[in-house]
Order: sequence, then structure tokens, then C-alpha cells
Amino acid sequence: MRLCLVPLRKREMKIAMLLDRNLHIRAIDAFIDPSTPKARAIVTHGHADHARSGHGAVLATPDTIAIMKTRYGEDCAERFEPLDFGVPLQVDEVTITLYPAGHILGSAQVLVEHKGERVVVTGDYKRLPDRTAQTFELVECDLLVTEATFGLPVFQHPHPKVEIGRLLASVTANPDRAHLVGCYALGKAQRVIALLRDAGYDAPIYLHGAMLRLCALYEGMGVPLGDLRPALDVPKAAFAGQIVIAPPSAIRDRWSRRFPDPVTCQASGWMSVKQRARQALVELPLVISDHCDWGELGQTIRETRAETVWVTHGREDALVYWCQQQGLNAEPLNIQGFEDDGGEGEE
Amino acid sequence: MKRFAQLLELLALTPSRNRKITALTQYFAETPDPDRGFALAVLTGALTFRNVKPALLKDIVLAEVDPTLFAMSYDYVGDLGETIALIWPHHGEQSDLPSLTDLIELFNTTSKSELPKLIAALLTRAGINERWALVKLATGALRIGLSARLAKTALAEMSGKDLQEIEEVWHGLKLPYLDLFAWLDGKAERPDIDQSARFHPLMLSNPIDEEKDLAKLDPKDFSAEWKWDGIRVQLVLGGGTVSLFSRTGDDIATAFPDIVGNVQGMAVLDGELLVGKDFEPGSFNDLQQRLNKKVASAKHLKDSPAFIRVYDMLFDGREDVRPLDWTQRRARLEAWMAANPQTRLDLSEVLPFGDWDDLAKLRRQGADEHGHEGVMVKLRTSPYVPGRPKGFWFKWKRDPNVVDAVLMYAQRGHGKRSSFYSDYTFGVWKGNEIVPIGKAYFGFTDEELKLLDKWVRANTIQSFGPVREVKKELVFEVAFDSAQQSARHKSGVALRFPRINRIRWDKPASEAGTLEDMAVFVAAS
Repeated sequence: MRLCLVPLRKREMKIAMLLDRNLHIRAIDAFIDPSTPKARAIVTHGHADHARSGHGAVLATPDTIAIMKTRYGEDCAERFEPLDFGVPLQVDEVTITLYPAGHILGSAQVLVEHKGERVVVTGDYKRLPDRTAQTFELVECDLLVTEATFGLPVFQHPHPKVEIGRLLASVTANPDRAHLVGCYALGKAQRVIALLRDAGYDAPIYLHGAMLRLCALYEGMGVPLGDLRPALDVPKAAFAGQIVIAPPSAIRDRWSRRFPDPVTCQASGWMSVKQRARQALVELPLVISDHCDWGELGQTIRETRAETVWVTHGREDALVYWCQQQGLNAEPLNIQGFEDDGGEGEE
Repeated sequence: MKRFAQLLELLALTPSRNRKITALTQYFAETPDPDRGFALAVLTGALTFRNVKPALLKDIVLAEVDPTLFAMSYDYVGDLGETIALIWPHHGEQSDLPSLTDLIELFNTTSKSELPKLIAALLTRAGINERWALVKLATGALRIGLSARLAKTALAEMSGKDLQEIEEVWHGLKLPYLDLFAWLDGKAERPDIDQSARFHPLMLSNPIDEEKDLAKLDPKDFSAEWKWDGIRVQLVLGGGTVSLFSRTGDDIATAFPDIVGNVQGMAVLDGELLVGKDFEPGSFNDLQQRLNKKVASAKHLKDSPAFIRVYDMLFDGREDVRPLDWTQRRARLEAWMAANPQTRLDLSEVLPFGDWDDLAKLRRQGADEHGHEGVMVKLRTSPYVPGRPKGFWFKWKRDPNVVDAVLMYAQRGHGKRSSFYSDYTFGVWKGNEIVPIGKAYFGFTDEELKLLDKWVRANTIQSFGPVREVKKELVFEVAFDSAQQSARHKSGVALRFPRINRIRWDKPASEAGTLEDMAVFVAAS
């Protein structure tokens, strides 16, 4: 035991020198997804709990930079440094490489290399291919910093095709009602639209105002979404049998009164828990997630062959417990300022 | 099973009552016997399995899943059945569960030692939604917000039969209700049910309209009683068997062993269930405590003994006396009580009065001195007619109490009202602060609701999920039937049947009521 532990601890210390528990890369003074303005930030993807405005220099994929500029304005950081996937960037003694995370368009995992040590920060990720995001690539490493949004064994996501099939069946069965699908404006909305198109649904899809710019941005970056129309100036009756995409907060609020007897739907990994869907007054829960489910989290941890795992963003406890059962070093990171992405928030 | 699982999901997630009824109607119309009969039993809570219990299911899952991870998951999901369904780690190629009928047969015939293996195999074979339904079926805890009455309403809608007729035969039916469905489908006569154990739908009253009704009605034709503040029950004494039904026909005997075990004779009686010692009714709150328990605790039996204040008779022995006049039934009831001495039944006294003014005075006095809810006025010549026939029985409630209260919080409503802030919590002054005394979500018009919704949105101080705290500026005139002491509320006061009487856009919050004002109402009840 002793023989084994000592070198491990040394390596741990070396790794901790490279990246601390605030995801700060000391050697180059850069933070990954910092929640407060920093001189140098590496941003994994454009969701608000990862990408904030006000940094000095932002290193991110070109798609993420475009998303940040669309959401926060052209000058939301002093300087942008686009870095394509798979291209190593040498900064002093540290090498940074971005790999696709499969979460939303442009979402990246960050590989940090230093003297043979490899650290991967996943950001948010999913394994299942999705044409609105670059497909996840596995990166082997010594330390893995993984998200755990759905880090409980009750989360076993069904295939999204099945869920889209349920939505389309409901549209057919309720020709006199509008289907309001609650989706986060960035990522989930475009994915749901793409899934609908791929399932052969080619009717116009109506959009809440909050969706328009980001859908246009996706289309501009080569993700065709078909006939999209703003849900404006259309007589109420014309929405019968139609699909409308809106932020989750809007589907039960005043905005929804313009639709005929709407079926409230919500596309989210949380929707697998029926009691939760009920409490949220969701009539048709669609279990469509842009995060790994429990099985995929475990699979990823095993496949990266990481010896040490830091868990953040979500149900840390269960995943840390599981890692420890597997004989891995694991601990939760309680990073200030991160929110429960995908919960009842309004991302 | 797939179809049944779909139905359960729809019932769980659809807020609209009408849509629930439509879904049920469709299901019963297109599902063959005996599957639909078993489904009806599951939905109405009439089916339990001797050897399949939640603890057994939990053990089956814990054999496959790490207990710590299970505990964390259960803690997050909050519903045991749903946790089990979601966490089950094995999945078959495709979902191919047996039919509902076959499943129930399997649960009933498989030996206790073989059950874990059977259930584990079924969980693996089920698709995700079927697994959820399977666990609900096995544990018997549906938790989908469906009442037995709604299921019966759907049967009535499907068949065009009267809901009351269905309720009449309900308690004599045997699984899987083949004779019921044959009758509903118009293929057989109404099932012949043993009279002694069944529920007979109740006769209900109409509110009296003081201006219109009283002038037309001759007080000499009517008898009056106190309107008791308990719950309406029907006691069916079969000579050896005893059943106790709520007004909707739910069997509540197990909650009231002190009544069921201490009554004798043969009759079907109509009365008010009350709690209190020596036939002295306690508060509705005491009764509520007992109603909340499916099985009464020893403490409740001792501190809050239950009794029935009887006011009508439907069957005298085996004889159906419902066609007789009220006067004759009353005479029969009094004679029966004399012949069958009881410790848990007493008679609701008949109040002597001259004219309507006399009765009005009595009504006020009863409210002020004893907290009576009002009086019942019954036509002496009326037969016992199920439903709410016009002109026979009247309830004449005392004038409601009112208090001016300040709106504190508003919450979104459900269904059609889910985009409106329609549930209001209001309070009264306690020194310099306002403390909540109740919550109401009706009493206003749709137009007023729109204005209130707008006001809430414009005057929000902070939000907690679906609840908004608002500026303490808007005054409601709140009407309520009575006020009681309550340890559960911060104000120490709980209102019975509160509703918004008027919105006092004109009144400043500083002129709203105080907790001291409320003390008068509490003392009166």
C-alpha cells in the first residue's frame, strides 16, 4: 500500500500545481469557465453559467465566441482568441487543446498538458451524436474534471428519437391544440428542431422571440433548421396542430395565452421524473438531454483512464461515491457561482 | 399493459378534469374484458396484493443497486415507486409485458418465495413507462391525482347511465366487474346487488334564497334542524355487517372502528359524523385529524371519540322507506332508535319554530352561541330522493363572517389558470406586521382575475418558484364560515371555507383587520 500511495500523492501534487480547485491554471494564470471577470479565461461553451461577459482575454472555439458575441455583444470581452478543435496551443510550458464535448454548438473539453501530465476539464458534455453540435471525442487523461448534472443512477436517458416520436404522436392526436415545447434558447431549442426535421416533420415551426437570434446563428454556422417563423401576428386558431418552441418560463406564463388550448411540453433530462413534470405543470414531458446520463458518466470516467476525478455541476456526491467504489481518487468541487444548469432556471 | 401505462401517464400529467374523463372513457370503450375491469379496480384503489408490498419491491431493487446510491436517488426523486422504476438497471430488448389481467393473476398466484424473481424479470422486460406503471400497480400507490369518483363519472359518460345508479351498485360488485360493464354496454340488466352492504346515493339540499324562497314557502309545511359541522355519512347496518360510507360512497369504516364496532340493529341511516365526548361535538379540526388517518390511533379513539347524529332513515330493517314522507320516516327513525339502544348514535333534534322570522332568529342565536353553521329546512311531505331535487331540502346558512385582509402572496393556478396568479394568501395585522390567516382561490370573476393577475405582476417584491410575494397594499374582503385556533399557522388562526367576497381596491392596507378582530370569531366557534 505504502509503495503505491507515495508516488500517487506526488503526482497529485504536481497536478494540483497545474490546475487548482477553482479551475485556475496557475502556470499561465488562466481560469476555465470563471464566474467572475478574469484577465484570462478559457470558456468551454456559451451557456450563461459557463460563459460570462467582462473577461480580459477569452480563449474558446470560434463557434463559442460567435455565440458569446450574439448573446452579450461584440465587446463582451477585451480580446478573443479563437482556437479550433484539435489544434494544440503552446503557452509557456503549458499546452492547451480543445476537443468537442458534444453538448451544444462549439462546446469544448479543455485538455491541459504540462510535463507529461494530462488534465481534462469536460465542461458540459454528451456522448450521443447530434447534428447541432460537434460530436464528443474521448480524451485520455490523468485528472478528469467532469460535470455531473445527471449524476444519479435514476437518470437513464431514452433515445431522443423515441421522445420526438411521442411529441409527433401527440401533435397528430390533438389537431385542435398547439404544442408549446419548453426548451432552453441556446442548444436545446436547435437540437429539438433538428430532431423534428430528421424525423420528417417539415411543417413550419414557430418560435418565441427569445429563440430567433440563436436559431439564425446556428443556421448561419451551417446547421439547417428548416422553415422557422416567429410566433407573432398569427391568429390564435392558426396555431392549432402546430409546434411552438419557447423558453420553459414562457410556456405557462401570459405569453402562452395566445395559443389554443396548448399542450405544455418540456424537453429536458429532468423530465424523466414524472412527479417533477407534474409539479411543473408539464403535460407532455420529453426526456431530451444535452448531458450524459448516469451510465455515460461512468463509461466516460472509465474510458479516459483517469486516476483522479473531480466532480462538479450537479449531483457530485453520488458520482464521487461511485468513483471511490471503483478505486479512483475522487472529490467534489464546490465552485462558487455555478448554478444548477437545466433545473428550473431560465438558461 | 402498454395501453394501461399510457392511460396512467396521461391521468398523472393532464391537469384538465374533462380530458381525464375523455381518456378514461376511451380506454374503457376500447379495452376488452376483463382487462378494463381490472384497470377500473386499480384506478379506484379496489385492488391490493397480499404478498406484493413496497418493501418487497425495495428489497428486489437493493439486490441489484448499491444501497447508498439508491438512498441518494430516493432522496432526490421523493417517490419510492418512481425511484424504483427509474433506477432499475436491466433492460430487455423490447417491452413485452403481459396483459393487465395476466399480471394480476401472476401476482396473486406466485408463491411468496418466487415473487422476487418474477418481479425482477418483469421489471427488466418492461419499457420505461410500463416499468413505472408496473411499480404503481404492484405497490398500489398510484399518486396520480385521480379520485374513484372521477373513474365512475367516466363510466357514466361512456354509458349514458346515471352516476348515481353506478354508485348504487358499486359496493356490491365483484372483480373484474363483468356484470357492470355488460350493463353499461347495454347488453345485460343492472347487476342485482345485495341491499344490506351497499351504498345508497344521498339526498342533498339546495341553498335557500331568502328573498325568493321564503315568501313562497309556508313554514307549517317544513321541519327544521341544526346544520351540523361534521361530515355527511351513511351507516349501513346489515344485522351483523356494518358499513360506513362518505357522501361519495367511499368506505371509511376502517378510520372509525369506534362507531363500526359499537352499533347494532338493521337499517340504513343518514347522518352527520362528529367527534367529541358525550355527544358534544368538538371542532371540525378535531374531526379533520381523524379523517386524515386511514386507521385511527388509540389516542384519537380516546380523545376524539366519533359518533353519528342521525337525521334520516333509508331502510328500516329490510324495508325501503325512501318513498315515505319525511314525517313518517322520522317517526320510523325515532321508533327504531328506541328499540335499538345505541352508544354511538343520537338523534338530530327537531327545532320548533313559528314563522320564518322565528327561525331566522334561532339561526342567528345558534350561530352566535354555539357556532352552528345554520339550519336545515325540510319539506315534511318529501320522500327521500337521491341527488339534489328542487323544493324538498334547503340549507339556510348563517351569514358569513367577513374580515378585511391584506394580500401577501400569490401563486399560479392550475390547468386553465396556470398562466394567472390566482391563489392568494392574505393576512391581518399583528402589531406592526401582517401575519397570514388563510388562502383562497375563488370568489372573483374572470375579469377581476385578470386585474388581480396584472396587479400581482406589477407589485411583486420577490419570487420563490411559482409564488410571488407582493407589496402589502391590496385589501380583500374575505368571507369565511368560521375561524379556529390553529397551531400550524403563524397567526394561530385558521379559516374555514375562506373566499374572496370583494376586492377593496379603495381601502388602504392600514385599515385592514387585526388579529384581535379575529379573536371574536375564534371564540364564537
